[in-house]
Formats: sequence, C-alpha cells, structure tokens
Amino acid sequence: METIAVEYGLVLAGTLFALGLISVLVRRNVIFMLISVEIMLNAAGLAFIVAGARWGQADGQVMFIFIVTMAAAEVSVGLALILQIYHQLKTLDSDAADKMKG
Amino acid sequence: MIHLLWLIPTLPFLGALTLVLAGSSLPRRIAAIIGCGSIGLAALITLLIGYEFLTTHTRAYHDVAWSWFAVADLSVGFSFHLDALSLVFLFVITFVGFLIHLYSVGFMHDDEGFTRFFAYLNLFVCAMLLLVLADNLVLLYLGWEGVGLCSYLLIGFWYDEEKNGYAARKAFIMTRVGDTALAIGLFMLFGVFHTLDIQEILTKAPQLWSPGSQTATLIAFLLLGGAVGKSAQLPLQSWLPDAMAGPSPVSALIHAATMVTAGVYLIARMHGIYELAPLAQLWVGIIGAITLLIAGCSALTQNDLKRVLAYSTISQIGYMFLALGIGAWSAAVFHFMIHAFFKALLFLAAGTVIWALHHEHDMFNMGGLRKRMPVVYWTFLTGAGSLAAIPLVTAGFYSKDQILWLAWGGAQGNLWFFVAALTGAFITSVYTFRMVFVTFFGEEKTHVGHHPGRLMNVPLIVLAVLSLAGGLIELPHTLGHVTLMSDLLGPVLPSTVLRAGAESSEIVIQLIAATVALSGVLLAYILYIVKPAVADDIKSSCYEVHRLWYAGWRFDDLYNVLIVRPFVWLSQINKHDVIDRFYAGLVAGTEYFGRTFARTQTGVLRWYIMGITAGAVLILALSLVINP
Repeated sequence: METIAVEYGLVLAGTLFALGLISVLVRRNVIFMLISVEIMLNAAGLAFIVAGARWGQADGQVMFIFIVTMAAAEVSVGLALILQIYHQLKTLDSDAADKMKG
Repeated sequence: MIHLLWLIPTLPFLGALTLVLAGSSLPRRIAAIIGCGSIGLAALITLLIGYEFLTTHTRAYHDVAWSWFAVADLSVGFSFHLDALSLVFLFVITFVGFLIHLYSVGFMHDDEGFTRFFAYLNLFVCAMLLLVLADNLVLLYLGWEGVGLCSYLLIGFWYDEEKNGYAARKAFIMTRVGDTALAIGLFMLFGVFHTLDIQEILTKAPQLWSPGSQTATLIAFLLLGGAVGKSAQLPLQSWLPDAMAGPSPVSALIHAATMVTAGVYLIARMHGIYELAPLAQLWVGIIGAITLLIAGCSALTQNDLKRVLAYSTISQIGYMFLALGIGAWSAAVFHFMIHAFFKALLFLAAGTVIWALHHEHDMFNMGGLRKRMPVVYWTFLTGAGSLAAIPLVTAGFYSKDQILWLAWGGAQGNLWFFVAALTGAFITSVYTFRMVFVTFFGEEKTHVGHHPGRLMNVPLIVLAVLSLAGGLIELPHTLGHVTLMSDLLGPVLPSTVLRAGAESSEIVIQLIAATVALSGVLLAYILYIVKPAVADDIKSSCYEVHRLWYAGWRFDDLYNVLIVRPFVWLSQINKHDVIDRFYAGLVAGTEYFGRTFARTQTGVLRWYIMGITAGAVLILALSLVINP
C-alpha cells in the first residue's frame, strides 16, 4: 500500500490547527468560535492518526477516539452555554459577555 | 515575739490597702489614724523584736512567710532575714518613718490629697521594709522597685504643676538606668550560683572566686550601678535636687532618710562580693569621694532651702560610699543612721519654715526667723550642727569622724580619700551654717503666716534629741571608747583593719576634723553675718564658677547633649516608622502589581485566548531553546 509521507500529514494537521486558532481569535460569534475549537480538536486528532500510522501503533487511533468522545461532551456543554448566553444577552457576540472584568 | 517579724512590712501594706480602697470617703481623722497607726505599730513591734534580738544574742533570724513562686529549681519566697544590719535599717525606717508620718498629719492637713498622701507613704514604708528584710535578691528587687515607684508617685504628688511631673519622671527614669544594671547583675549572680538567696551567695562566693576574679568584679560593678542610681551618686545624681518638688515630709523620708540609702544597704549587704572585687570596691570609694565634693560645691551656691539640703544629702551619701569603699562597713551604717536622724530633722524643719512662709523656698527672702519660730530654730540648729559635725556635742561628729579617721588610718584608706573627706567636711560646715545664718538671722523679710502646731513640733524635738544623743552608741577610742554599734554589726559586717602604725594618729585626725568643722562655721559667720558684702564680692568675681555649681556642674546639660537629644532625634525620625518602611514598601509593591494585573482581566474572552496562545508559544519556544 502506498503510504503518504508523515510530513504531509503533520503539515496538514498544523495548518488546520493554525486556521482554527486564528478563527477563534478573530471571530466574535460564539458559534463560530465553537466550530473553530472543533477544527483545532480535529487537527490534533489528525496529528495523532498520522503519528500512529508512522509508527504502526494503535495508540494514535485510541487517542483519536478519546478526542471525538471529548469533543462530543464539549459540544453539548458548549451549546448549552451558548444557549444561556443568548438567553441572557440576546446576542451571540462574545465581547458582550465581559461582565467578569477585573 | 520575733516570730511577729512578718507583721512589720504587712502592717504598712494593710494601711496602704485600706487607704487606697476607702479612698477619699474616709474622714481625715480616720485616715491619719490608719496612716500613722500602721507605722506606729510596726515601730513598736520593731522595738520589741529588737529588744529580744539583743537580749537573746541572736545572730540571725530567718522566716519564710509565704512562697512567692517556684519555677524549676528556683523557688522564691516572701522570706525574711533579720540580722543586725537589717535591724538597724528596720529601726530607722519605722521610727523616723513614724515621726515623719506624725509630722505629715500637721503638714498636709489642708491638702486635698490627704488620704492619697498617706496611702503612698504607707506603701513606701512597706516596700522599703521588704527591701531591707528580704533574704533573697528577688524580693529585695521587688522592694527596690517598690520604693522607686512610691518615690515617683510622691515627687509628682502635686501633679497639677507641670514641673513636678517632669521631676517625677526624671527621678524614675534616671534611677531606672541603675536598676537595669542591678537587674543584669542579679541575672549574672543567678547564672553563677543558681540561687538568689543572699546568705547562700555570700557563703559560696569565696569558694568559687579568688580575690580579684573578673566575674566578681563585673557583678560588683553592676550592683554598684544600681546603688549609684538609687543613692544619687555620680554619674546618676542629678535627679535628687529636682526630687524636692515633692512635699517636704517626702523629701525627709524618701529622699534623705531611707530610700536614697538603699544603695548603701545593697553594698553593705553584698559586702562579701566587694571583698572579692577590690577594684570595684575602690571605685565605690572614688565615686563617693568625688560625689561628696561636687555635691558639696553645688550646695554652697543654692538659694532654695530644700535644694541645699538635697545636695547635702548627695554629699553625705558620698561619705557613706567612701566608707564602704575603704571597707569601713559599720562606719557607713553608723553614718547612715545618724544622717537619717539629722537630715530628716533638717528637711522637716525646712518644710515647716517653707510652710509657715507660704511656700517661700528662697532662703534669701527669709531671715530673722530665730525669734519668730524658736522651736524650729533650735531644732534646725541642732540638725545643722550634726550635719556640720560640730565636735563633741553632736552625733554627726562621731559618725563622720569615724569615716575621716578610717579614710586615713584604715588599711584601704589613703591620703586622697582623706583629703577629699576633709575638704568635704569643711564645705559641709560652710554651706550648713550659711543656711542657718541666712534663714534665721538678720532681719525678717517675709512675715510668718502660721505657726506649727504640736504635731509638727514634737517630731522635730525627738529627732533633735536623736541627732545629739545618737552618737553616744559609738564613741572613738580617744573619747570614752563605746562600740555598741560596731559590736552589734560585728557578726554581719567584717571589722575594718587599721593600717600598721596608724593607731597613734587618731587623736591628731580628730583634732584636724574638729578644727576644719569649726573653721567652716566661722567662715560662714564672717561671710553671712559680719561682712555680707564679701560674700557678694566672691559671688560676682567667680560668676562662671558660681553658675556652674549652681546648675549642679551642668550634668543635666551634658546628659541633654549626650543622651536626650540624640534619643529625641532618633524618635523624631522613627516617628515616620523607618523600620516599618520596608514592610510598607512590600505592601505598596504588591498593591501596584495587583492593580496592574487586574487590568488584564478584561472579561473579553478573546483576550484570554490570546494570552493562553502567547503563553503556550512562549513555553514551547523556551523548551526548544533550553532543551534543543
């Protein structure tokens, strides 16, 4: 079976991670921020898969399943929080939720 | 009877307690009866105990009245030790104290603080009795501080006037300097002997230390420091003249007859240590000699009747220190007793004069009182004669002559001590009779307001008799040879060794001393009766010296520059808490950083993410750099 060089996989994972991070930083809509966090999680998962394939170990895939599970839990909590934010502030702008200012 | 010893300090204490608790609700009559009665009873018991002590030839009587505290292997009790030395002090304190209490009833009659006065006075007597009866140094120290406290309370008795409060604080603080030295001395004694029992220390000391041992010398000097403070000797003497701000009976009892001689008692009591520390003992003598001279010079120039007497007290205690310094232990105690009689008498008589002339203290505004107040005149004259050591008739002659003779003929005496003592004797008789002539002779300058009643006259007369007859208990070889006093003290205090071959010169010394005393009187007579103009001439031609002596050799100014001002300066700086500044800085820094970082807490989510990212990048970068 033709294998893809590990570098390509890692570069793709890194690019995805950077894209996700940047969009978390620049987006103000909390739903988009949540999606971006999902992208970052999947980028990390991809890096695990690539590394697992490179060394021929199952650990990478185990970690990926962990990440997916955690992402599901995170999304459920995150969506609940977003609903609450929307109820309270009538907006999805994260900058509006700055009441905890020191 | 002797088992009633514990009652002697207890009675004045109960008196003080009653007077304090009952306060001013008591009528004056009852307060006077309680105040005088407690001391009177104590005096009576002292008399009975003294009689039994002497007839049964007891060496020492020991009595544990009560346990005070016990810590580890140290147990301190209210335990009393009665021997000849404490008996003499006991006698003087209770008897002279009783006479002064009686006198005070008349003197303080119209004062608002009548009850308070007797409460303090009783408390003082109690503390002083504890001091001389204590068998351990802790109890002695309790009495020592107790008399200091009462002295403070009584100097500032008329606290309405600011200068009285100032004088009280000065006395308290200056004696405290000495007391600190004493306390350190006691700590060191405990460190060496593991006990503070006086008799035990005195027995163990010669076994532990060889003569001239460094520790012994150090401890002796520290004890001397305490004695110097309490007894107003050089260099801590300047509080006593100011202490005259108190009522005259207080000056008589505390600042002449009893408290100021506590230093003499301490050194006499701890004589065993001074015998092992010849250097310290020599310094006791040197301090005494210098003090008696400088205080005498200051007494020559004072105008305030009571200040003359105050400087004279310093000077006479100087004689006692000189006697202690040359190992003439019993001579010092003898002079203490006689001095208590005549100095209490002089203060009481001076108090009467001041009282009769509406608080006029300046003796140059008095004059001519000889005919106006005959009882006071004759008793004052007796006391003055005793102070000036008029030969043969007065007790002061016998006690002072003994010191003069031993300063010359004693094994530890020397020419310098003798010359100082002799010069001092001359100065003493000059200032004493200056006082007599100026106050009682000449023309009347201030009208006598009220005349003293019997309550004030009787103590004067009794003390006058004692100042004359007191000397008969100890007469020198050349005049009758009576040695009741030194025989009594023999078992407690070692006798003085005479220098070989000096015995024959005793009569010569006595003649010299007598001549000196009489010529002093003559000089005062010439200067203040025959040719008063000459005295003024001398005063104006030696203006600077006069001013120096008048200000007590400017010791106050010296201490002001050396100690008070630097201390005030330091306090001024420290008013702004120099040391606290470090902590204040710490607080300010924490607050500053807290406020700065609190500003980063914007509440904006994206800033936090930015922070986390930057932090993660930084840590990753660092881990790459440090651990490549």
